[in-house]
Amino acid sequence: MKTEILKIAAAHLKPFLLILSLVVLYRGHNEPGGGFIAGLLAGMAYVIYAGAFGVSKAKQLRLAKPMFFMGFGIGIALFSGMIGLMNGADSIFTGVWTTLTFGDFSLKLGTPLLFDLGVYLTVAGMLVKVIFTVMEEDV
Amino acid sequence: MSLLMAILIGFLYAVSIYLLLRRSIVKLVIGILFLSYATNLMLFFTGGLTETSPAFTDIASTSEVVTASDPLPQALILTALVIGFGVAAFSMVLIYRFYKESGTVDLDELSEIEKS
Amino acid sequence: MLGIVPASLFFVFLSKIPAVGRGDAFKEVYPWLSDLGIGFSFNLDGLSMFFALLVTGVGALIMIYAGYYMRSYQKTNRFFGYLVFFMAGMLGLVTASDWITLFMFWEFTSISSFMLIGFKHEKTAAREAALQALLITGGGGLALLAGLIMMSLPYHSFSIEAVINDPQPFLQSSLFVPATILILIGAFTKSAIFPFHFWLPGAMQAPSPVSAFLHSATMVKAGIYLLARLHPVMESQELWIYTLSVFGVVTMFVGAWFALAQQDLKKILAYTTVSALGTMVLLIGTSTAYSVTAALVFLLVHAFYKATLFMMAGNIEKITGTRDMNQLGQLNRFMPVATVISLLALLSMSGIPPMIGFIGKELMYEAKLNAPAAGNFILLTGFLANAFTVFVSLRFAYGVFWGKKQDFKKQPHEPDVSLLVGPAVLVFISLLLGIFPNQIAGLLGSAFQSVLPGETLIKLKLWHGFNEILLLSFLTVLLGVVMFVYRKAIIRIVCYLNSNYFNLKLSQRFFTGIDVFLNLTKKKTAVVQHGYHRFYLMTIFIAAALLLILTMPAVDFQFDFDLKFDGLSFFVMLAAIMIIAGSIAVIVAQSRLVALIATGFVGIGITIVFVLYSGVDLAITMVMVETLTVVLGAMVVYHLPKYLNYSGVGSRIRDGIVAVFFGFVMGFLALQTSKPTTLTKISDYFVENSYTKAFGENIVNVILVDFRALDTLGEIVVLALAAIGIVSLLKLNAQKKSSR
Repeated sequence: MKTEILKIAAAHLKPFLLILSLVVLYRGHNEPGGGFIAGLLAGMAYVIYAGAFGVSKAKQLRLAKPMFFMGFGIGIALFSGMIGLMNGADSIFTGVWTTLTFGDFSLKLGTPLLFDLGVYLTVAGMLVKVIFTVMEEDV
Repeated sequence: MSLLMAILIGFLYAVSIYLLLRRSIVKLVIGILFLSYATNLMLFFTGGLTETSPAFTDIASTSEVVTASDPLPQALILTALVIGFGVAAFSMVLIYRFYKESGTVDLDELSEIEKS
Repeated sequence: MLGIVPASLFFVFLSKIPAVGRGDAFKEVYPWLSDLGIGFSFNLDGLSMFFALLVTGVGALIMIYAGYYMRSYQKTNRFFGYLVFFMAGMLGLVTASDWITLFMFWEFTSISSFMLIGFKHEKTAAREAALQALLITGGGGLALLAGLIMMSLPYHSFSIEAVINDPQPFLQSSLFVPATILILIGAFTKSAIFPFHFWLPGAMQAPSPVSAFLHSATMVKAGIYLLARLHPVMESQELWIYTLSVFGVVTMFVGAWFALAQQDLKKILAYTTVSALGTMVLLIGTSTAYSVTAALVFLLVHAFYKATLFMMAGNIEKITGTRDMNQLGQLNRFMPVATVISLLALLSMSGIPPMIGFIGKELMYEAKLNAPAAGNFILLTGFLANAFTVFVSLRFAYGVFWGKKQDFKKQPHEPDVSLLVGPAVLVFISLLLGIFPNQIAGLLGSAFQSVLPGETLIKLKLWHGFNEILLLSFLTVLLGVVMFVYRKAIIRIVCYLNSNYFNLKLSQRFFTGIDVFLNLTKKKTAVVQHGYHRFYLMTIFIAAALLLILTMPAVDFQFDFDLKFDGLSFFVMLAAIMIIAGSIAVIVAQSRLVALIATGFVGIGITIVFVLYSGVDLAITMVMVETLTVVLGAMVVYHLPKYLNYSGVGSRIRDGIVAVFFGFVMGFLALQTSKPTTLTKISDYFVENSYTKAFGENIVNVILVDFRALDTLGEIVVLALAAIGIVSLLKLNAQKKSSR
């Protein structure tokens, strides 16, 4: 299955999908998209790459550290909640998580986006880890 | 329309139960997939079916909320889909391991192995 | 060192005595489950104070004793943890002013008792005894809880004061009789009253400090405390009076009888404790000013001498390595101080002046003489039980400290000072109070008021003058001495009677009962837990479907649906056809791969439904998830054996019927939900506030990352866990392979 066409396609698709996933992540707050979808897209980039070049090669990619991303993602998500806690006070919505304060609104950066980034990293990491592990078993 | 949806939901549930009751563990896992299909569709259905008005608010008219489709079931399903993938992946690997260890994909045989 | 905590608590309580007299010592109320009328509340009145002082005072001495005694044991930190836990539980129990709070602490003491009895858990006997004690006191605890709830029902509150201040609603409630019986079972199991007494001798497996503290001085008195606490409510009830009297008398006699021929020092003490507990129950049940005074005094007296004797028994065992009376003797030569302390405690136990035990016994006789009903019978049994106690005390004293000369492996010596402090203090107090009994009259008086309001405490004095009571006391001692003179014959007779006629074997029977029960449950489990996955699932689905049908009338289910296929566009039909065709393909497929692809097909059909009905995010996610699932499935299925049909036609039809039935129910349910409702939806809130408060236009996404972010956090953690699970499932295998 490791055809040249797939290899070329995968090599070019990877950066494209990664950038696309970031765009989808960013626009998720207002338009279709969001952490889950973006995470799946980013994971997909690596899955296709691994399909074309083999897992061992895909594992050598610079960003292919799924376990780290999973942990980091959950950490970021947690941290984004903590920011709200630290700023405390006006509990707008249910629970502690939603007492989030928003940074510079014109830049549209806020803890929900940070949280979404955590979701993104976790989902991508999980997907890559699972598929890589199963693929390794195949070989 | 709702009648068709209800029939589809009932049908998916029936298929999923039938698959879950098979002895083959592969069919069991597919049954789990179908169970989540049926449940997701059911949830989606309870939110009400509205065509061409996704669950977005319009910036221009924030004071006036547009009647969009119900966002809550959608949020639930979105969560369920991704979790569902985790569950599906895990159960697939689990049956793979199960087969490696026991040499069978028959659930009844498993109970016999356990008993002996 | 650990003794400091209970000792300081003791002095705190001591300082509160005047305040208790005024009735405003200590009251703490914390709301707990206020909707159910349950509060976490405490109140310190006379009776609580009496018990609290007992617990902390004896507790402090026991701690000093245990600090040295437990040195030869492993894991003593655990031991002291349990002991402090117990003490806290006991204090909570006696100061609680809410039935549920009381019950909770009641269970604390049961659990800590279990831990402490089973402390030498490497011994089978200790484990069995611990289990037995836990099952009996725990079972009693459940009965107690049920009884307390029944009692509190008319009050809509679990306050203890509510019942005591106004007993009428309870006394007239239809649940009075069952509630009383259940509460009595609770109290009787805890206080080792016949026929539940057998766990107490078993509990002697615990280290001696535990026997001294829990199983003589405090925990077993918890039942007595409960009876005393409830007495003002129940005193006019015949059921209460008669039950207490009958079970008290029987226990008093049975305990004394079985103490006669025991060889094990701690077993002797355990059976006399049973007898003493019976006596207290009897005295409370007699319900006169004399008897309640006697009960309180005797409770104190008993705690003092019994704790002392248990500690001494522990000392003897530690030094000589045995507690068997046949292997002991002549210890007065080696440990004179210990001998004196033990003798004084035994004097108190036999009720001989000048110890306070004498006052206790005098009052007991006086109470029995004045008993309103069946006085003579009670007097006679009491007389015999006391004579037996005298006999046992003599036997203990003579057998251990004089008697035959024994060859000990090690030369016995005086116990360490810290092992003697506790017993010495207790004996000294017994002696002091025997001579100056009125020192505790104030304390006893306020406790007395809690048990028998309206009467006054009988004045305590050592010398009553020459009267029939003194004569009775004298006769008791005389009978005890006479029995002792003919001890060999008597022990032989008792042993003969015990093994041939009175061999109740309650303990063994208890375990046989447990075994029978276990076998029954095993059989039941084998039927219910048959091990066939499919039938479990079938049970679940059929039950779920039936329950859904049952609830339909409750939710006003009506079959008035809009049964028309309208608004069917081309894409809707396409989606429906894809779903149905894909499903059928999955069922009939002969190849795993086909089934998998057909599953993906169904998923795409559902995606079309999402797209058509405004679920944009869902559709995108679904497409990707479906693709990934199929890809992953293909990789896994590749390794599995060919698809086989394991089941025959019969079971297929059966499963088909179940499946169609469940599908129908769910379809109806779906139709029901599609009907327009007037209820406000939760999501309206999200829709309204999504942009104004969370600055997001994609409401679904805002719900996920903002309104319900905690749920999403949980979800990504689950995903990470799934990944870790998969890795460990596969990599562990690899490790095994490589190790082979």
